[in-house]
Amino acid sequence: MILSTSLNSNSYSFIDKLRAVDYFLIIIVAIIGSLSVFSIYSTESGNFSFYTKNHLIRFLVFFSMFLILSFIRVSAWYRQAYIFYILGILLLLFVMFFGISASGSKRWINLFIMNLQPSELMKIAVIVCFARYYHRIQSSDIQSYKYLLQPIILLLIPCYLVITQPDLGTAILIAGSGLAIIWLAGLNLKYFVYSGLILMVSLPFVISILKPYQKSRILTFFNPERDPLGAGYQIIQSKIAIGSGGFLGKGFLQGTQSYLEFLPEKHTDFIFTLFSEEFGFVGSIILIFLYALLIYRIIRIGFLSRSFFAKLYCFGFASALFLYIFVNIAMVLGLLPIVGAPLPIMSYGGSSMLSIMLGLSIVMSCKIYSRDPIGS
Amino acid sequence: MIKKIGNLNKNKIISRRLFVLVAAKIGLLGIVTSRLYNLQISEKQKYEVLSDKNRIREWKTPPQRGIITDYFNNVIADNQRVYQVHLSLEEVSNFNNSIFKLKNIISLKEDEIKKIYENKEKSKPWDTLIISENLSWKEFSKLNLYLHELEGAKPVLSTSRHYPYSNDLVHVIGYVGDATTKDIQNKKKIEENFVPGLKVGKIGIENSKDSDLIGNHGTKRYEVNASGKKISEISYNKETQGENLRTTIDLEIQQLAQELLKNQAGSICVMDIYTGEVIAMASSPTYDPNKFTHGISTKDWNEIKNNKLRPLINKSLAGLYSPGSTIKPLVALAALEYGIIDTKFKVNCKGHDHPYELYGERYHCWKKNGHGLMSMRNAIKQSCDIYFYEVARLLGVDKLSLIAKRYGLGSKVLEDFFLEEKKGIVPSTQWKKQVLEQSWYLGETVITGIGQGYIQTTPLQLCLMTAQLANGGFKIKPNLIHDKEIDLEMIKSKIESEKKKSVSQNILKDHQFKHYERLYRNPNNLKLVLDAMYGSTNEQFGTSFRSRHKEDKYKFAGKTGTSQVKRITDQDRELDLDLEEIEYKSRDHALFIAFAPFDKPRYSLSVLIEHGGSGSKAAAPLANKLIKKIVDRHESREKIRKDLKNIA
Repeated sequence: MILSTSLNSNSYSFIDKLRAVDYFLIIIVAIIGSLSVFSIYSTESGNFSFYTKNHLIRFLVFFSMFLILSFIRVSAWYRQAYIFYILGILLLLFVMFFGISASGSKRWINLFIMNLQPSELMKIAVIVCFARYYHRIQSSDIQSYKYLLQPIILLLIPCYLVITQPDLGTAILIAGSGLAIIWLAGLNLKYFVYSGLILMVSLPFVISILKPYQKSRILTFFNPERDPLGAGYQIIQSKIAIGSGGFLGKGFLQGTQSYLEFLPEKHTDFIFTLFSEEFGFVGSIILIFLYALLIYRIIRIGFLSRSFFAKLYCFGFASALFLYIFVNIAMVLGLLPIVGAPLPIMSYGGSSMLSIMLGLSIVMSCKIYSRDPIGS
Repeated sequence: MIKKIGNLNKNKIISRRLFVLVAAKIGLLGIVTSRLYNLQISEKQKYEVLSDKNRIREWKTPPQRGIITDYFNNVIADNQRVYQVHLSLEEVSNFNNSIFKLKNIISLKEDEIKKIYENKEKSKPWDTLIISENLSWKEFSKLNLYLHELEGAKPVLSTSRHYPYSNDLVHVIGYVGDATTKDIQNKKKIEENFVPGLKVGKIGIENSKDSDLIGNHGTKRYEVNASGKKISEISYNKETQGENLRTTIDLEIQQLAQELLKNQAGSICVMDIYTGEVIAMASSPTYDPNKFTHGISTKDWNEIKNNKLRPLINKSLAGLYSPGSTIKPLVALAALEYGIIDTKFKVNCKGHDHPYELYGERYHCWKKNGHGLMSMRNAIKQSCDIYFYEVARLLGVDKLSLIAKRYGLGSKVLEDFFLEEKKGIVPSTQWKKQVLEQSWYLGETVITGIGQGYIQTTPLQLCLMTAQLANGGFKIKPNLIHDKEIDLEMIKSKIESEKKKSVSQNILKDHQFKHYERLYRNPNNLKLVLDAMYGSTNEQFGTSFRSRHKEDKYKFAGKTGTSQVKRITDQDRELDLDLEEIEYKSRDHALFIAFAPFDKPRYSLSVLIEHGGSGSKAAAPLANKLIKKIVDRHESREKIRKDLKNIA
């Protein structure tokens, strides 16, 4: 088995690799990326300045990185999976002591060219790590307590580190994508039901340890008018922007809500709001459709992959991606409380872009080296 | 092999699990999509409105007040250009600093600065604050020079109320000032058009006609950003100027009246006896209404407030005086109408040694040596008190009160036009019982017959009374604002038809008369009284003989009045002091009523000089000058009347 792997793996020619590339996926990413550049351009009222420039450069750099890293063998990712995870944890610990603070939370490491947010990288690290973890476990063993407890600990460590930054949004996304993989790996349904029940029972205690601003966000979610100029302001203004966009939107650069600065954090978490205000229902549906296509392509690659690792990774990443997108859009639509969660590719922010592109490059690597049957 | 099976198994599981996940994702996507649909399509309009509400802010622009003119279209209240400095709060980073800088450039007094801080407390962060309403040109140009150092300060050319004939018309026009919370609550028009700095009428025509004068505010709609900064103007609904008003006042006569009253406290009213137009309504002393426009200084205010002659009181309609002998024509008329006396009725006035006596009380005539045997005509002409004591006694106070009220005493002449107008008192037995809860004494009837005692009238009421006597006994509608509805021809023809009407049953009873209805029973009674008034001015021994006009066209008829402000004791009578020897506050009020020209009466007037002494010496001479002016102005006034009618 090991032999045949090495034999097969050596037999990829460059042409084969190029052929194996999923160009459709690349095109979708490029389209979403372009839309994001235009959207950021619009947040600056049609001025090609700081944010647009930065965003464009980041997109181009990380997009190229995605294309280049796609040619790293998926087995290499497999081998380095735990290292990747440990690296992530170390970076999170580094943030804890030496991180940069902004608006009350400590999330970033100053890399001079950009501020790296390790929690974003952790999102991918957890998926890679779990994919490897479940890759080698027999299906019969999965239900055992040993294999139940280990991943939960693996998941709780980064979640805890991120929550204490504090960054509830990213922690939820990390936990969510981890749980998605555990689910995909085949853990018995009853554990999910039990833990769900336990969560509900412990919810009051969880709420009691939340930071006041987090509590207020949750309360505000249930009733935004509770504090229309404070915590509820973002939700209200976001809904106004989206609603007033109507069927076809107000037109590119015509979004009054963002242009007149009613919209908070329009570059980052509320980029969808701006997009939706300017391009309306039609534009929003198209964007959502593009994301759906992207997810579909990733799942398709998972199906085409031979190794369990690749499958698990692709399905897991697709689910995580969906989770990021859903949480962000549901949040700006007022369906979920406001937690910091960027919209993949669209939102301004280097770390988020980096982690998504990194994740995509692993997906692409799964595609290129789909025949690699990874051994343990 | 086992591993292979395990992997196959795992692959199966993962596919199944993925299927569940994908299904869940599709479900969630459905929720998101339906939410989008809900927001952007179902509730689009609601959010569009909210979005506009967010981005559009309205600024009200102040309306311009309507202009007030006299009957001849002379502007008596207009809007004048003023230099102001406003402070746009959203552009100010340090308010204290800005005020300090401004203080060094334009002179701001301590109380002005205090007021600015008070106003700032009430303003919203995007409001504009008026720092100074009325800068001198020098200050204004200095401000422009230093403008670059003053963030948020804006030099503004604005308009403010201006009264070109300042003091002469203040009691008619009134003045404007800042709208108070009370003003805003009480008047809908002010509430609707309120703009910071809006001036509203405080008194006079400015107050009573405020709703017409204010006009409508404009609306500037701006697109603003989240912090309230103006981005662009969307629309400008221009403000409109209030209605222009033409009053019935003749500026020239008003100014003459005011001039005649100079340095005295008193009032002059002139009225058209048919149309009821108030041609002049002077009250003295006056004050400058322009001082109130931008808030009067404490010093100026105290000066006005502490003036002993009480300039703030509009004596024409808020000053109450005993009518004195000016009531006599009315007493005579009442007695004739009720048939109490006839023209041959005579009373002997024998001087201070033989006063009129009633139940032991003695009542004196003003003339020390007595008038002798008096007929009614002579009694009015020479103003014999003894005669009217007796007539009043025979007539009774209730009948007198009824006729007095009918001719305009005891009620507001201009209805509710002026807040400060007083009703006065026309006493009757019933009135005394109700108000003072005492019964009436006959002695009180006797002194009411010479216009003393409880009876209180305003000069405007006396003017109206004279008008309604002079026009032949018809009720007229006094007015101060030109009114198309009040047409001279129409009134004259109505009066003609009233004359021919047979006497109604009610004529001697308490009855509400309509405008232009006849008020008398027998026209000869009235003629007699008016003729007696002619005698009073134009025949020897008449009390106003010295003030007569010899030229026919200026000839007028009048009646003097001297109203006591305190009881005359026997000692006073003994001393018989000259006016200058009596303390000001104790001097009599001088009154005079008149109508002119005698042969074809058209105008009535009343003159009152507070503590002026005798009516014949202090009041009647003013009427002489006034009547000449009034008659001279008659033709041009009629020409305007014709023009106005043609326009209508």
